[in-house]
Order: sequence, then C-alpha cells, then structure tokens
Amino acid sequence: MFELPSGAEIQSIIASLKGNVGFFLPEIYLSVLFMVLILIDLVVKGRKNNLLSIATLLGLAGSIFFIHQQHALPAGELFFGMYVLDPYALFFKYFSVVGGMLAVIITMADRQFDREVKSIGEYYALIVSMVIGMIMMASSADLLMIFLSMELVSLTAYILTGYFKRNARSSEAALKYLVYGAVSSGLMIYGFSLIYGLTAQTNLIKISTELAAHGYDPLVAMLATLLILAGFGYKIGAVPFHFWSPDVYEGAPTPITAYLSVASKAAGFALLTRFFLISVPHGQPKIEDILGIDWTLLLTVLSIASMIYGNVVAIWQKNVKRLLAYSSIAHAGYLLLGIIVRDQLGTQATLFYLLSYFLMNFGAFYVVILIANKTGSENLDDYRGLGKRMPLAGAALTVFLISLVGLPPTVGFIGKLMIFSSLLAKGSLYLGLALVGILTSVISLYYYMLIPLNMYLRDAQHPAEKDFNPGMIAQVLMAVLMFLTLYFGLFFTPLSDFARYSSALFGLTW
Amino acid sequence: MLSLIVFLPIIAGLIILAVPSSQKQIIRIVSLLAAIAQGVLAVLLWRTYDPSMAGITAAAGGNPVGSFQFVEKLPWISLNLGGLGLFNIEYFLGVDGISITMVILTALISAIGVLSSWTIQKQVKGYFILYNLLATAMMGCFVALDFFLFYVFWELMLLPMYFLIGIWGGPNREYAAIKFFLYTLFGSVFMLLVMIGLYFSVLDPMTGNHTFSLVAMADQHNFIKDAILGPNNVMWRYIAFSVLFVGFAIKVPMFPFHTWLPDAHVEAPTPISVILAGVLLKLGTYGMLRINFPLFPEVFHAGMFVIGVFGAINIIYGAFCALAQQDLKKMVAYSSISHMGYVLLGLAAGNSEGMLGALYQMFNHGTITAMLFLLVGVIYDRAHTRQIDKFGGLSSYMPRYAAVVTIAWFASLGLPGLSGFISEAFVFVGAFSSVTTRYIAMVSVLGIVFGAAYLLWSLQRMFLGKRKADAAYDLEVGADGHEHIHFHDWKGKLDLDSRELVMLVPLAVITIFLGIYPMPIMGMLTTSINKLVQVLTPVVLTSMN
Repeated sequence: MFELPSGAEIQSIIASLKGNVGFFLPEIYLSVLFMVLILIDLVVKGRKNNLLSIATLLGLAGSIFFIHQQHALPAGELFFGMYVLDPYALFFKYFSVVGGMLAVIITMADRQFDREVKSIGEYYALIVSMVIGMIMMASSADLLMIFLSMELVSLTAYILTGYFKRNARSSEAALKYLVYGAVSSGLMIYGFSLIYGLTAQTNLIKISTELAAHGYDPLVAMLATLLILAGFGYKIGAVPFHFWSPDVYEGAPTPITAYLSVASKAAGFALLTRFFLISVPHGQPKIEDILGIDWTLLLTVLSIASMIYGNVVAIWQKNVKRLLAYSSIAHAGYLLLGIIVRDQLGTQATLFYLLSYFLMNFGAFYVVILIANKTGSENLDDYRGLGKRMPLAGAALTVFLISLVGLPPTVGFIGKLMIFSSLLAKGSLYLGLALVGILTSVISLYYYMLIPLNMYLRDAQHPAEKDFNPGMIAQVLMAVLMFLTLYFGLFFTPLSDFARYSSALFGLTW
Repeated sequence: MLSLIVFLPIIAGLIILAVPSSQKQIIRIVSLLAAIAQGVLAVLLWRTYDPSMAGITAAAGGNPVGSFQFVEKLPWISLNLGGLGLFNIEYFLGVDGISITMVILTALISAIGVLSSWTIQKQVKGYFILYNLLATAMMGCFVALDFFLFYVFWELMLLPMYFLIGIWGGPNREYAAIKFFLYTLFGSVFMLLVMIGLYFSVLDPMTGNHTFSLVAMADQHNFIKDAILGPNNVMWRYIAFSVLFVGFAIKVPMFPFHTWLPDAHVEAPTPISVILAGVLLKLGTYGMLRINFPLFPEVFHAGMFVIGVFGAINIIYGAFCALAQQDLKKMVAYSSISHMGYVLLGLAAGNSEGMLGALYQMFNHGTITAMLFLLVGVIYDRAHTRQIDKFGGLSSYMPRYAAVVTIAWFASLGLPGLSGFISEAFVFVGAFSSVTTRYIAMVSVLGIVFGAAYLLWSLQRMFLGKRKADAAYDLEVGADGHEHIHFHDWKGKLDLDSRELVMLVPLAVITIFLGIYPMPIMGMLTTSINKLVQVLTPVVLTSMN
C-alpha cells in the first residue's frame, strides 16, 4: 500500500525542491513574463501599438541571459527525475526562445493582423506560453512531464492557429489541428500507460534500466512504441501523422505557421530523440529481436515515407504556404535520418540540420509574408514578375529556397552534408537511406524552383507601375537572414561545434 | 594569383551590384575590365607555368607543392567529430597540365562572352551579376584541388546558368532551364555521396587525417583498405566510379544523357551558348580526368571499352542528328555532342596519345565551338531566324562573315592545318594503338565523314548559290548599281561589325595557329599526361594498413 511520507521525508522533499528551483530560472522568468504581458494588455486594452510586441521581444531576449547562466550548472536531474538539465536541453531552449522572438518580429511585419483582428491582446502572451511549453518539452525526462509539456504547446498552438476568428480557413485549421492533436495525444498516453504497466516507472532512464534488467513482453513493448510514435510523429509532422499540417500551415496566421514549422517540429524532435535514445534499451536483451522489427526500422519507414511523400506531393501545390508545408514534411524525413544512425555524429547532424532549417524556413516564411502584404496573395501565380518589383525579397527567397534544396554555398547544403556523412560513416549500412535522401532532394529542386520561376521567368499579369517597398526594417532583417544562410554555408564551424556540444544527453554516454 | 583569377569576376559582380541599373554601359565595362584582367592573369600563368612539373598526384612525401603549381592551401573548415577525428576542408587551389589549359580557355571564352553580351538589353544589371558569378564558378572548378571546394564551385554554376537561360532565353526557355538544372543536379547529388564516401576512405599522408584533397585521393596508397571505398571494397568502388561517371557524363554530355543540351542551346542567348559549349561541357571531361579516373584506376581500366563505345555512339549519333537539323543552332549543338565524343574516345584509349588528343580536343573544341555559336548568333541577330533553308548565297553579300564561317566550319570538320585536325588525329592514333579501342576507332572514323557531310551541306545551302524565294532577307539594288541584301528591322552593319570582329578574329587566329604549331598548348600537357597515364595503369598494391 501507498504510505504517507513522514514529516522528515516531507522536509527533505521540500528542501530538494527548493534547491532545484535555482535550476529552473528560465522557466520561472518566462512564466512571469507571461503574466506581465497579460497585465500590460489589460492596461493598453489590446490597442495595436508596438508596446506589447516590443515588451515581448525584450522579455524573450532577457530569458536568453538566464539560459546562458545555465551553462555553468552541472548536467543532472531535477525535481526527482521529472526534468533534466543538459546541453541538449539548452540547445532547444535557445532554439525556442530565438524562434519565438523571430515569430514576434514577423508578426509585427504581417499586415494581415490589421485586417483580421481587432485586438492583438493575448496573442503575444500565448506565444510566450508556447515558448515555455517547448522549453519544457526539451527538458522533460519523465512520461508525465512529457505529456504535460506537449499539451501546453498543443493547446496554445490550437488557439494561435485559430486566432483569425472571422477567417474561415483559420478556424477550420484550428479545428483540424485540435482533432488530430487530441487523437494522437490519446494514442500517446495509451502508449505511456503500457510502458508504465511494463515497468512501473515513468522516468526515462529508469524505464530503460527496468526494461533491460527484467525483460518485457516484446509485443506490448512494440505496441507501446508504436502508439508513442503517433504522438511524436504528429508533433514533427512526419508521414503518416502529417494530415493536419498542410491545412494548418495554410490557415494559420503566417508567423504561427513559421513558428510551428520550425520550433514545434524541433521540440518534437527533442522529445523523440531523448525518448528513443534514453528509454529504449539497446543493450541486451535487444528490443530489435522482437517480431523482426525494431524502433529504428519504424523510424526508417517514417523517414522514407516522409521524404518521398512530402517531396512528391509538393510538386502539385499552387499555394506557397501549402508548398512549404509539404516541404516541411519532407524535411522531417531528412531530420529523422540523423536519429536513425543512433550515434553522436547523427545527433549532431540532426541538431545542425535543425539550425539550418531554422534560418532558411523562417527566412522563407518571412519573405512570403512580406510578399503577401503587398499582393494580398500566397498563390504561386501571383508571384509572377515579383523578382523585378521586390528585388531584395526575390533574391532572399531564392537563397532560402536553394538552401532548402540543399545546394551550396548555403547552410542547407551543409545540413544535408552532415546528415549524409553520419549515414555513410557507418559504411554501406545506411547507403539506401542516403540514396532516397539525395534523390528526393533532386525532386524538391523542381517545386522549390517553381517560385523563382514565377518570380523571374514570367512577367506579371497585371503590370504595376511602381516597385513594392517592404520597408527598411524588413529589408534589413531579410538581408541578415540571407547573409547568415550564405555565411554559415561557407563557414559553418561555429554552428557545427555548437551542435556537437549540444549532442550531450544526460543519461547517455556515446 | 589563382584566387585572384577565380574571384575577379565576383568582385566585378559586387561592384555592379552598387551601380544603378540604368547605367548599362558602366555595368558592361566593369565586366569587360574584369574579364580582361582575368585574361592578363591567364597569360601570366601561361608564361610562368613550368611544363616540366607533372601534377596529378603529390610530390614525394605527399606534398602537393613541387608537383602542382601556384598552390594556395589554407585551412578552411576544421570540425571535431570525436571518434572520426577532424573534419578537414581546405581552401586548396593549384594547377597542373590538365587544368592550366582549361584555365586559359575559360579566361578566353569568358572575355569573349562579355563582348558577346554587349547586345543584351533586358535587365542588364542582373545579367552581368549572374554572368560574373558563373565565370567565377567555372574558373573555380578548374583550379580547385579539394573535392569539397570543387563541389561547391560545381553546384554554384547551376543557379546562374538556370537564370541566364531562363530569363534571357528563347520562347521555350522555362522548359530548357529547368531541364538543364534537374539533369545536372541529378548527376551531381551522386557525386556528393561519393565525395563523402571518399572522405571516409582516404587519409592525408601529411597529417594522417581524413581529407577531401583530390591530390591525396589520386594516390591509391592513401586509401584505407577496408573503408567503404577502399581497395578491398571492389563492388562499392565500381558503383562509385559508375555514378561519378554518369554525373560527369551528363555534363559532357554523353549519349544517352545528352537531351538537355540541344534544348539548352536553342533557348540560351548567344553568349550563354558560347560559355556552355566553350567551357561548361569541358568540365564534364575535366572531372573525369581529375576525379573519376585517377581515383578509381582499376575500374577505369575495366571500363575503357564501354567508355570508348559511348564515345563512338556520341560521335556518330551526334553527327547523324546534326545532319537532320533544320535549325542551324541545333545543328551546331549536335556537332558539339559529336565532337565531345572524340574526347571520350581519346580518354578511353588510355594511352598518352589518346589522352593528349582528348585534352587538346577539349581546348580546340572550346575555341571552335565558341566561334560556331558566335557566328550563329551573328546571323540570328540580323535575320531573326536560324532555319538553314531561309538563307542562300550569303557569301556574295557578307564576304567577311562568310570567310570566318569557312574557317570555323572547316576547323570543326577537322581540315588539316586547323587545330581540330591535330586533336582528332591524336585521338585516332591513340585509339588505334590501344587494343581495347581499336575496332571502336575504326567505326568512329565514319563520324568524320558524316561531320564533313553536315558541315559542308549547311555551308553550301547557306552561303553558295542564290537567294531563295522564301529567304529571310530581300535583295535591293543600291545606289552603286550593285545588289545588296536587306534584313528586315536590322539597323546595324550588314557584314561583321567591329565588335563581332574583335570576338571572332582572335578565335580564328588561335584556331589557325594551333593547327600549325600546337606546342604552346600541347607543351604544357605532355608531362602531366604521361604522369596521368602512369597513375591510371593498374599496379598491384602492396602497402598500407
């Protein structure tokens, strides 16, 4: 029977919690920021001035200081194993915060908000709460914590997707997102319960030792893995859990689309990688022996299906946001390749690819917004002749797309190089996967190039008399993102070293 | 010096970026100055190049200096990959016999291309920025000795080329541009995988680390025996050779990967056709010589016959296709395919004569085909058509044009005394003296006959005889009582104007001069080719690991 802890035990628990609070400062800080933003909103009554957005921006920037402080702390478990602090988690903390900041900046540039909503109110507070959720996803080391943090991200994402209340597409997207999300969460938590049934543990490290030490029913373990994969697969947008993504990407406000496609995917990968590398035992007895299938094989199937499906279906898209949605499904496939090899080089490659994806995808969505501000459209046909009217935007978008294809000298090329290197470093074992990867990236060239094709090779249907000027700040930001995409394509050592440093997971020795 | 010659165009491109787009003349002059400076540097390289140094592989001790010339070697990227050691990429440039000639050719053709671009009126600024980017990428490919660097330059060519065909091309340009892009990318992605595989298979003898250095890779002793592309992994080495070969063959282009070329040429504006035929195609065969063959010599030996067969198919099939064309530019494009077949045949021979012929043919094909495309451009500018039947009797009205055409056409069909003859002769001498390719060579000789057929036939139809009834021009009697021709809406000079002469005369002079005295180019080639043949001869490896 469950016994109540004695007074002394409670004392020690409290002491331990108090001691751990110091390791939790970024999360606390961001929670405070969340509440402060709501207060500011009450004061300014949701007027569309820049006070809220700048406060959010500065607030998020402040959290980088707290995250940076954590480099000095030793890697370890917090709150009785619910939470871990390691370089790997820090990587995703930076990732989510900087992504959030970019989302705020992009929102400030997006004119659709002026048309669609009366008050920007809780929008920024919700972005902050999504950042908190992602940060916690990256650090969760316990099934309960994983579920809670994922739900925190999902719930805010549903609201933000449907933020344009009077826009039918936006509401439709939110509903679809919610339904798919609810189903996959349900499946995932069922998988968790099976794991708990097998091991009586919720901590990932303990699950691993328990499974390895006492054996398990292979069928149940496999079923549990499959169910959990449904939850993670939904977050990273991999086939066959991708059905929500084209509609959501198309319907959601574009800054949210950009943020979901980059940071939410990354947070999903943070969890997926931690779960599979830590909790699934790969010593003896081997989980690979079960029914002739194993989790790396599952991920391999997911990865191949995502690369092929995403890249092939994207060819027929006429809406740029949908096109990028399918491309993001394909990129989930490339990212999975680095996890499948199950070594430090692979993890490093995945993290590097995430960084490169961050730059190029945010950049692409940003330009898409700027273009939509001027033309009011995201249709491929309306991109005709834009190269002449928005020269910088056209050039920047071309660079981002070339980077998404994976051509040098861009950071996307280095990302692919690292992924394929990690595959080939294992000899000819994963050559087939590498082949699928490169052949599908040739396909991707075709549809990515449809955008420059319309921008440069075709003339506008309705010739406009003057050039579109997206404004000074937008030009600078675009140029910076473009420069970074090219710069890190030639001098990628700092990014790669950071990815390597971050590939240290607590509870895992490579 | 090599860095300068590579990056001069891109510097010009950056300057152009700052020039307002209305200042068309300044933009053109900046590009021209960069091209001239590049040319001057190329001449300097040519004068100071020491033909006694072989190149291909490193000198004793694995040091590329002492074997390659004008070497620039700087650490570029160095990553720690834990158990896999350091990930080293070097900024490593250098030339030997097989690249110095291509550097000279590239500088020459780039400069002529700038002159030929003078008539471009649409979006001049964008055009020259892309043109200069392309020029840098091409030059970079020929001097890069680090595989990674080579790959970056190689891929960097694609995007400018896509836009140059796609924006400034003919009516069907969208199709031609994306076809070019997809074909070449398809070839080069496999190269990426092979490159990574080679990286994990080769150790730099000087540092003991894995390396991308092509110089280290060219020495079989530097391979790790059991690595993925090491000598013990015979199957993977064959596969790697084949996919690399296909990647380069697409660029050559070799049958059956050639279909992008006629489309690209027909749609591309004249200067881009000149660049494409003059330099880009050479990159395919250069890649084979620098990377494909020396890195996998035993596979090359096994595949010589197949390569020779493909060479022969190229020669004969290209000539047949050229014979059937009505469009003059398409005919020249197919003649390019045919002539690149001679290069493949010479390479397949595998001996010094064949290789020398192949490399000399690469240079000569560059100059001759550039001339052919320029001449097609000249007539197209005036008549706005390239249909061979729409002309007739041009020689009496455009004598200078007809004279240059005659030189170019005869050089192309290999008339003795012009440069094309010498290279084709060497190719056949090499192919006949090699047991493997002897019979292929016999069949290929037919190509010369067909080559003569389509060239002479087109010459006759266009330049001899009288104006045809449906010709692209009218006849008028001038004030002097003589008959003149008159092209609709052509305001310029009827015969070649001075700009066109400046482009064409040097090429014609080079063609004639190298046909009489080939040593300026051949002299630089011989040492390197002997070394290359030595590297390609299979040796039983005894050492290492």
